[in-house]
Amino acid sequence: MKHEASIREPLIIGNKSLHDISEDIAKPIETSANKWWWSLFILSVITMLWGFGCIFYTIGTGIGVWGLNNTVGWAWDITNFVWWVGIGHAGTLISAVLLLFRQKWRLSINRSSEAMTIFAVIQAAIFPGIHMGRIWVAYFVFPLPNQFGSLWVNFNSPLLWDVFAISTYFTVSLVFWYMGLIPDFAMIRDRAVKPVFKKAKNFKEKISNFFKEQTSSYNIYSILSFGWSGRAKHWQRHEVMSLVLAGLATPLVLSVHSIVSMDFATSVIPGWHTTIFPPYFVAGAIFSGFAMVQTLLLVMRKVVNMESYITMQHIEMMNIIIMVTGSIVGIAYITELFIAWYSGVEYEQYAFLNRATGPYWWAYWAMMTCNVVSPQLMWFKKLRTSIVFTFILSIFVNIGMWFERFVIIVTSLHRDFLPSSWSMFSPTFVDIGIFIGTMGFFMVLFLLYSRTFPVIAQAELKTILKSSGDNYKKG
Amino acid sequence: MKEEKKYFNSLNHDTDHVNGANEFDEKLSVEAMMENADTLSASSTTRRDFLKFLGFSSVAATLASCEAPVVKSIPYLNKPEEITPGNPVYYASSYFSENVFGSLLVKTREGRPILLNSSHNPKFGGGVNARCQASVLSLYDSNRLKNPMRDSSEYSWKHIDAEIINQLKNTSKKIVLLTSTIISPSTRSLLELFKKTYSNFETIVYDTISKDAMLSANQKSFGSRFLPTYDFQKAEVIVSFDADFLSEWLDPAHAKQYTANRKPENGKMSRHYQFESLLSVTGANADKRVPIKPSSQQAYVLRLYDALLALTNNQSIKSTKTKHDNLINQIAKELWSNKGKSLIVSGSDNTDVQVVINAMNMLLGNYEKTLSTTIKSKLYSSKNEDIDSLITDMNDNKIGVLMFLNTNPIYTLSDSDRFKNALEKVKTKISFSESLDETSMFCDYVCPDTNYLESWGDLNPYTGFYALQQPTISPLFNSRQVQDSLLTWMGNTVKYYDYLKTFFKKNISNNWNQVLHDGFLNKISDKKNAPEDYNFSEVMSTRSQATKSQIEIQLYLKSSIGTGIHANNPWLQELPDPISKVTWDNYLTISPSHAQELGLKNWHVSNGALDGDMVKLSVGDKHLKCPIYVQPGQTHGVLGLAFGYGRENAGKSGSNVGVNAFSLYEKFNRNQIAKVSIEKISGVHEFACTQNSHTMMGRNIVKETNFSDYLKDPKSGNKQFLLHSHKGNVKPSELTLWDEHEKDVHFWNMSIDLNSCTGCGACVVACHAENNVPVVGKEEVRKNRDMHWLRIDRYYSSDMTKERAKEEGVGAIEMYKKMEEPASSENLEVVFQPVMCQHCNHAPCETVCPVAATTHSREGLNHMTYNRCIGTRYCMNNCPYKVRRFNWFNYAGNEQFDYNMNDDLGKMVLNPDVTVRGRGVMEKCTMCIQNIQKSKLDAKKERRKIKDGEIACACEKACDTGAITFGDVLDKDSRVSQEKKNPRSYYLIEELNTQPSVFYKTKVRNKKV
Repeated sequence: MKHEASIREPLIIGNKSLHDISEDIAKPIETSANKWWWSLFILSVITMLWGFGCIFYTIGTGIGVWGLNNTVGWAWDITNFVWWVGIGHAGTLISAVLLLFRQKWRLSINRSSEAMTIFAVIQAAIFPGIHMGRIWVAYFVFPLPNQFGSLWVNFNSPLLWDVFAISTYFTVSLVFWYMGLIPDFAMIRDRAVKPVFKKAKNFKEKISNFFKEQTSSYNIYSILSFGWSGRAKHWQRHEVMSLVLAGLATPLVLSVHSIVSMDFATSVIPGWHTTIFPPYFVAGAIFSGFAMVQTLLLVMRKVVNMESYITMQHIEMMNIIIMVTGSIVGIAYITELFIAWYSGVEYEQYAFLNRATGPYWWAYWAMMTCNVVSPQLMWFKKLRTSIVFTFILSIFVNIGMWFERFVIIVTSLHRDFLPSSWSMFSPTFVDIGIFIGTMGFFMVLFLLYSRTFPVIAQAELKTILKSSGDNYKKG
Repeated sequence: MKEEKKYFNSLNHDTDHVNGANEFDEKLSVEAMMENADTLSASSTTRRDFLKFLGFSSVAATLASCEAPVVKSIPYLNKPEEITPGNPVYYASSYFSENVFGSLLVKTREGRPILLNSSHNPKFGGGVNARCQASVLSLYDSNRLKNPMRDSSEYSWKHIDAEIINQLKNTSKKIVLLTSTIISPSTRSLLELFKKTYSNFETIVYDTISKDAMLSANQKSFGSRFLPTYDFQKAEVIVSFDADFLSEWLDPAHAKQYTANRKPENGKMSRHYQFESLLSVTGANADKRVPIKPSSQQAYVLRLYDALLALTNNQSIKSTKTKHDNLINQIAKELWSNKGKSLIVSGSDNTDVQVVINAMNMLLGNYEKTLSTTIKSKLYSSKNEDIDSLITDMNDNKIGVLMFLNTNPIYTLSDSDRFKNALEKVKTKISFSESLDETSMFCDYVCPDTNYLESWGDLNPYTGFYALQQPTISPLFNSRQVQDSLLTWMGNTVKYYDYLKTFFKKNISNNWNQVLHDGFLNKISDKKNAPEDYNFSEVMSTRSQATKSQIEIQLYLKSSIGTGIHANNPWLQELPDPISKVTWDNYLTISPSHAQELGLKNWHVSNGALDGDMVKLSVGDKHLKCPIYVQPGQTHGVLGLAFGYGRENAGKSGSNVGVNAFSLYEKFNRNQIAKVSIEKISGVHEFACTQNSHTMMGRNIVKETNFSDYLKDPKSGNKQFLLHSHKGNVKPSELTLWDEHEKDVHFWNMSIDLNSCTGCGACVVACHAENNVPVVGKEEVRKNRDMHWLRIDRYYSSDMTKERAKEEGVGAIEMYKKMEEPASSENLEVVFQPVMCQHCNHAPCETVCPVAATTHSREGLNHMTYNRCIGTRYCMNNCPYKVRRFNWFNYAGNEQFDYNMNDDLGKMVLNPDVTVRGRGVMEKCTMCIQNIQKSKLDAKKERRKIKDGEIACACEKACDTGAITFGDVLDKDSRVSQEKKNPRSYYLIEELNTQPSVFYKTKVRNKKV
């Protein structure tokens, strides 16, 4: 048993025993949902369907139903894509990087933030798909063997790197997440009521038994837990596997958004063509990812009564990360301005002046306010330990980060080299509908998750109860 | 059915099979079996037969269930000798419409005309403008009449002829043919013949746009009514008063002459002064442009005249002072030192002004040098009073039959209501219109004329110059050429073709076949006659003072729509105006200062599109509601409005676009001075403008220099861009990450001379036609989604420059804000730049495409593979020139885009060598790769190298002024290789090191230093 300095704040408060933890975490799964959950769920389903409708309209009619034009070839589509991918960064960072750094406070939040990651990456993946003019030939982007002779993908293209980076990231995140879920699924399985049936006479009876209300949860979770029995060997393999996957996932945290940033950095467009992009995008991604974790967990800890596990200590820790990454992002913005001036390239200089003072000045200053100014308020302990403030700020950061991508994409494109082609962009209802729709889709997934998955990695959390638990710490 | 077993013996034994005579020795007796139940039950079927039937029936059932689209492809029963499917056939022909003559080479494929090339042959006249280029689409206009009509219902020729002959014979009143100027000698003789049959017949010429002032001025000065021909090439000093001679004045051929003397390489260049009220294409090209009010034009002309007189005989200047007296004196001196090598022209509709212009040209000895009275232009001839007296006659019940040929007075007359009322008193009204236009709506008979591409004809546009028109397709509909109609009605059984041929052989040239092959015959004698007698005394009577007014209106012609005959041509509707870059509209142009004074404005909405205030324009008792377009460069106090819009009955593309400016064209005067007022009314107008930023923002996009600097240093204004590197200052091309592409066979390059480009837009239309570029309509253009592969950027100068900002200590933000503002009208300069895909050799688009749909060819071209494109639009974003065009929707065969690609007739204009792109793919200029391929194959078949000039891009062929040159730079002798060495050549945005295959040559103006 690891000893923890008494000066550290406890990570589990309330007089929790190991059994209490199991009870608390299994509770949302074993009880039925309240009307708040249902109303939120219905709302999310409606927005999701609205978004799907807009997607089908786009695919059926043409990309022209969006607000794009000859000059601005990407706008909300890629803004949303980068935004969602960015959000998907916190989960892996928390579960993999913090695992390697042995940060125990990750244990209460890693499950949900990884779920968020996976759901966010699903949303993100929608956009590069539907933004294609001919989605029905989307398989061209995979290096598939074919009979067309030398027809092959273009490995010079950052969009192709995206395909590999994101699919790898998604796969590793999913596997890593699932790995942690196995012991917890087993716990749910073991708690399930399982009346004894007579041996099924035929296949039909077997199926119907499976879905009998009393047993279905047992059956489903027993499949999901892959026959986990909690033997020492299982635990040992589990630990090793987690470490290996953490080692694999850690570089991905850095690579995915670096590669996404290269979509812009390798181009020639002033405002895109910037070598600082990879680290700046990664910092921004972590920044927005943590903000989204805050937004979701602040609501969830309340709704499913997880206050004992997601404590002020956790919130404060995340706020500090938001503050630090926000400052990195701020420095990146200022560096960009400096380099634009220092480069002596007039296109570059104009691009940045135009961002700040041109027709999209409001987007730029919204971004600056939300991303650079507001996180600085976290220097005050009073503010960073205020739940209301944290919640508002997390929303601010998410808005700010959306605007960051909008500013980079749209304000760089709308006025590039030849003034004759300068243009503006304005979204249509379809642009907006698809974005709102992905939020709905994301919420649908997250709400379903919060009622069917153990939202906290209880097995792992139990390991720190005796070192960081409130009651144990006190004495 | 049942087959005896046969064994194979030897080849000889089974001769039938071997010789192929009986290859399928037995048919499957389906009929026998299926016909009735008896035979079916009677038949005995072996296992093999059963399997055969099973196979047959299942295949038949499968085939029947999947319906493949049936595309009928019918081969020639008797192949015409000259047509080989896949090969184009060219015919020389001519165009004459809206008083514009063009000499053409018509490209036909499989019997369909698909592209009009300028023949570039005649030294004299024959310019091809955008409307002429686009007229091939008007041939396939679904709005054309399919049959003759009587009282708005279709009728047969036989009955119509009988009825009309009856009417003609039985009327004692006058029979009148209201026609635009006829330049066909045979038609004129035919009309004389018609007059012999019907002695009460009379021809009245009515040109939509009248040049009566010039014709009358010549009557006064020389005693005969004619238009001279001009030679701008020989003029060293050109002074133009409101004459838009490069575009819409008399003859598009002037542009060719003008640019021929503006090549700095020759060591000399003409100097061009333009005094004008609106900003015209000509004004945009001028060396010095002075905005003046139309009403003060007379004062300027007189002042210049007096200044010239002062130089002749030291007379003092009597006329009133103008704002620009110093300039006028300077011009007078320049003109004087270039006697016989100068030219003064005016677009005024005031005879007095034109008389003074004549006097000045006479004083300077320009006649028979830069303009000729012996070689007369026959393009215009109408008299303003004629139409008035016609209306009077109609009202007095003197007209029995009225025929309309190439005229649409109900649309084009300012008092069309008066005409309409008078028309009711005419018993028989016959129209020869190709489609049911505003006038033919009121006619009893519409006898549709054939399109000029379906017709025979002879033309005599200038004294001694003849051209022939020949059909390039047999008439698509049940229409009949006018001349044939007239011949029939006078009871003549001769076909017009025979009449024409006989007439031509007898009166013009015996060598019919040769002229038909060439398309023209030049019989202009080189002998220079002395100028005709000139009457100076007339000038003195013209010194009356013109009235002035606070607001004046000047009506003008747009190079895209002209007088509105082609209003239903979607290519032209979508062709941006050279100056305003607005499509699908006309509008009231107003100077920025004037607009500000009146509180009128244009603004951009959130998607960048342009909106404008609406105003009520009152001219006398006429009122029009039209939008305001703030036009830099325009004179304060002058409003401009274009003709050709506001048609009510033009067809699906042309009806109800804009307002009808002809209603203000009172007394055939393009400027109206009295009682002009405007008043802001509620409402917002939505424009579809293809360019929404107007200045170069201090960037080196169009490089410009002055001729005096050029003479000192041909590289002036074209400073090589250098990058700082560890090796010192180097050219961008010396710092590169990429390997060079292999170019071992050809390396196609294009040179664009910005000094020869007048900005007219003919190339844009030619590109439409050649490359099946879709029309997307006003709404889409407004969203900045036009599909033009080739666009002409127009930039205004700005009063703010980097140098000035530095001097005055203006900060960067302020400087850029001010740079966005075009300069004041007095100082405004305009440049044009055609931009298409630059075919970069280090192409930013190629590296970013994830599926390698856009790749580099071994010949230096940037290819676009439509089939491979998945439509990520990454290439479009990464293109620094923004020349890539995305198919946002399906533009072909889509109800939402009801233009030529949505009807079977309109689709006939499509070039079969070029794919029609589907939705979701990117497209762009290919340098007409289909032509390159064709020439390569031709050369290969003939075992020779490709000759320089053999391959021409559509834009190059369309360019009358020769601004575009295409060729192979690996061929050291090619024109384009020479151009590449020209010190004026530069690459657009060279600092990016995209290494384009297109290069530009600096603009050189000849300003007085």
